[in-house]
Amino acid sequence: MTSPAPSPETPRCFHCGDALPAGADYPITLRGEIKPACCRGCQAVAQVIIDSGNADYYRLRTDFPATAEAALEELKKLELYDLPEVQAGFVKAEGEVREASLILEGIVCAACVWLNERHLRQLPGVISADINFSTRRARVRWDEGRVKLSQILKAVQEIGYLAHPFDTSRQEELYRKERNTAIRRLAIAGLGMMQVMMYAIPVYLAEEGTMTPDILQLMRIAGMVLTTPVVFYSAWPFFQGAARDLAVRRLGMDVPVALGVAVAYAASVWAVLSRSGEVYFDSVTMFVFFLLTGRFLEMSARKRSAEAAESLIKLIPAAAVRLPHYPADRTEETVAAVKLNPGDHILVGPGESFPADGRVVEGASTADESLLTGESTPLAKQQGQAVIGGSLNLDSPLVVQVEKVGADTVLSGIVRLLDRALAEKPRLALAADRVAHWFVLVVLLISAGVAMAWYAIDPSRALWITVSVLVVTCPCALALATPAALTVALGRLTRLGLLSTRGHALETLARATDFVFDKTGTLTTGRFRLLQTETVRGDAASALAIAAALEQGATHPVASAIREAAGAAALQAEELNYLPGQGVQGRVAGRTYRLGAPVYAAPGHELPASLNGSVIALADEAGPLAWFELGDELRPQAPALVAQLKALGLRLRLYSGDRPENVARMGRTLGIEDARGGMLPADKLAAVRELQEQGAIVAMTGDGVNDAPVLAQAQVSIAVDQGAEAAQAAADMVLLSNELARLADGVRLARKTQVIIRQNLLWSVLYNVIAIPAAALGYVSPWLAGIGMSMSSLLVVLNAMRLNRV
Amino acid sequence: MDILYLLIPLSIVFVAVIAMGLLWAVKSGQFEDMEGPAHRILMDDDDEPPAKNRD
Repeated sequence: MTSPAPSPETPRCFHCGDALPAGADYPITLRGEIKPACCRGCQAVAQVIIDSGNADYYRLRTDFPATAEAALEELKKLELYDLPEVQAGFVKAEGEVREASLILEGIVCAACVWLNERHLRQLPGVISADINFSTRRARVRWDEGRVKLSQILKAVQEIGYLAHPFDTSRQEELYRKERNTAIRRLAIAGLGMMQVMMYAIPVYLAEEGTMTPDILQLMRIAGMVLTTPVVFYSAWPFFQGAARDLAVRRLGMDVPVALGVAVAYAASVWAVLSRSGEVYFDSVTMFVFFLLTGRFLEMSARKRSAEAAESLIKLIPAAAVRLPHYPADRTEETVAAVKLNPGDHILVGPGESFPADGRVVEGASTADESLLTGESTPLAKQQGQAVIGGSLNLDSPLVVQVEKVGADTVLSGIVRLLDRALAEKPRLALAADRVAHWFVLVVLLISAGVAMAWYAIDPSRALWITVSVLVVTCPCALALATPAALTVALGRLTRLGLLSTRGHALETLARATDFVFDKTGTLTTGRFRLLQTETVRGDAASALAIAAALEQGATHPVASAIREAAGAAALQAEELNYLPGQGVQGRVAGRTYRLGAPVYAAPGHELPASLNGSVIALADEAGPLAWFELGDELRPQAPALVAQLKALGLRLRLYSGDRPENVARMGRTLGIEDARGGMLPADKLAAVRELQEQGAIVAMTGDGVNDAPVLAQAQVSIAVDQGAEAAQAAADMVLLSNELARLADGVRLARKTQVIIRQNLLWSVLYNVIAIPAAALGYVSPWLAGIGMSMSSLLVVLNAMRLNRV
Repeated sequence: MDILYLLIPLSIVFVAVIAMGLLWAVKSGQFEDMEGPAHRILMDDDDEPPAKNRD
């Protein structure tokens, strides 16, 4: 359907530009005028565009779309994204407030991020717009009553970028395209640089008079010919960026770069044409090449850091095998994973990922949840157990009943939290952003001053020294220093299974002085375990065996704790008689035993003083045989965590609602001095406040809903375990794995991140303070300036990459 | 020295040819996977060589 450029005489379709077939009668009414269309399709599409108030499309378009389908694409860009059915896939709605993830095309530097954010936030009705520099994802919240999504997308287009709804495959495609373009620009610049150097070096080395003016001029012309594509193709992004910056009256780092390249190139061309003065094509090409190399390496580094976040999204497979008639029969059908509904039965083979959150209804296998939680050991999955969408089924096929899909899944929740963390900028990053703008302004003023000064001293050198000053300054280090370090650190934390959900979390965690633990479920597993056995008659092992026999088949936590402690059951019990809430009575090897609460099993007997907590008794007709103390089991990594945190110089505190004796004992076991029990949520809150009044920066860990207020009070809060969503939403960080020691890793990484950010900022300041005066005094040639600037940026990024190895 | 009048323009032509070759390589996707091919040479898939190479 491509239109072979119709001549003006032939009547053509107003919408798509194809020639009108004879007898076509599909009129379009635009502002009272009748326009012809070639077919009913074009007529309908045009009418939709006009009726939706986008008639300006026809006024503003510079060319016909290539095909009628492309015309539809145009329409899609404008209006289709406002349709609720289209939005369902990527927009989260809370009443009138909508939130969407977009990918931005054309982002090359921190300045573009700044520009887009500012531009979007200015739109009436846009509540917030945060862009993640690493992944190019924008999180936009808007008020549907005041602004439409299409208007937001249009606003992005107005300033020269492109926005699409987020979609992984599109993101990949975009990255691939950008990378290929970057390689092409780099290749042209590299080749140009090498060959231009071949012409420049003989000129530098030749002794006076060995080269005729004609040969010299020929070499200069050759240099010009090869530099031209380097300037107009390879260096094009810098000009584009500078133009964009200037269009919104802002100074980004592309401005001095573009100015430097343009001035040096223009002056050299003029020198060739006028057959006078010096040419600096070698400097121009080298500068462009080094800058592009720096940017290319930075792009790869950024891509690598963003992968932690991206890999999460890619975990959900595209297709799922549904068993529509399960359990009646097992006909399989393959459906898109997004089409699954809660209640559907799906079959997940070994080696496949679960497409949604669900519960196992048939089969037994193990699942690898390491990408989601950082937990390295595979978890056993049996009938009735929950599986997380995105985790990997390892051993054998499972039939799973879908429970949650789409935005409700654990994975979506994690991705949302991660998005929020990446989009919220810490104070340090915000400050760096602001400084970069002023920095460029100052550089331009200095360059102007240097130009004037040298013009007075030695006009022949003025131009090149000015170019050197423009080129040598490196706001990139300033603008890159913080975001690069933060991105790498967040990626690393996510891989560890410690998810940072707020921008300030890392910064605050690094400064924390006190760690407050909530006992149950944080340092303990929340599972019952046999802690102590006190025998009255006989030996502990046989008492335990009898108790296990009595508890066989019972499902409550006490029973499983006893059975677990007894190991393989050898005895059989009969005539079992359960008294709910009291205990159980039964016959083992011909004798009658009672097991349960002391008042039921052994009434009238004193508990041994050494036991506290939950105690149950085993007794026969003659009286108690043994006392069992049961309690919460300490997580295996808790002692290691406490030791590591102490080694990091943190004060540890244990505030729990549990009985004071239990908490005190646990405090003694772990070596935490400030261990207080019997605390209500309000008491914990008061205690944390008191610490804060004494100047402490409190990191609070908790797991339950009752912890939400105190989590909010602490400067930085960490929710442990995936249990309570309320706690997660209030928390600044979420520990996804069961490995408590990750908390200590987190503190270490947070501190290291602060160090790296400071190093980067320091380097940036130091470099500029030395390089700018040196260039202004004429000690730095333009090509050396180019190397210096690229290397400075690269150093900052590489320094940030070191965080990957903490 | 007169040969330079030929060699210098020729060098520009050469650079143009090399550049075209590079652009073609980028376009045909040779830079998309920089690691895979290096590993592929170590893979033992000698079991199934193209049929026509065998009698």
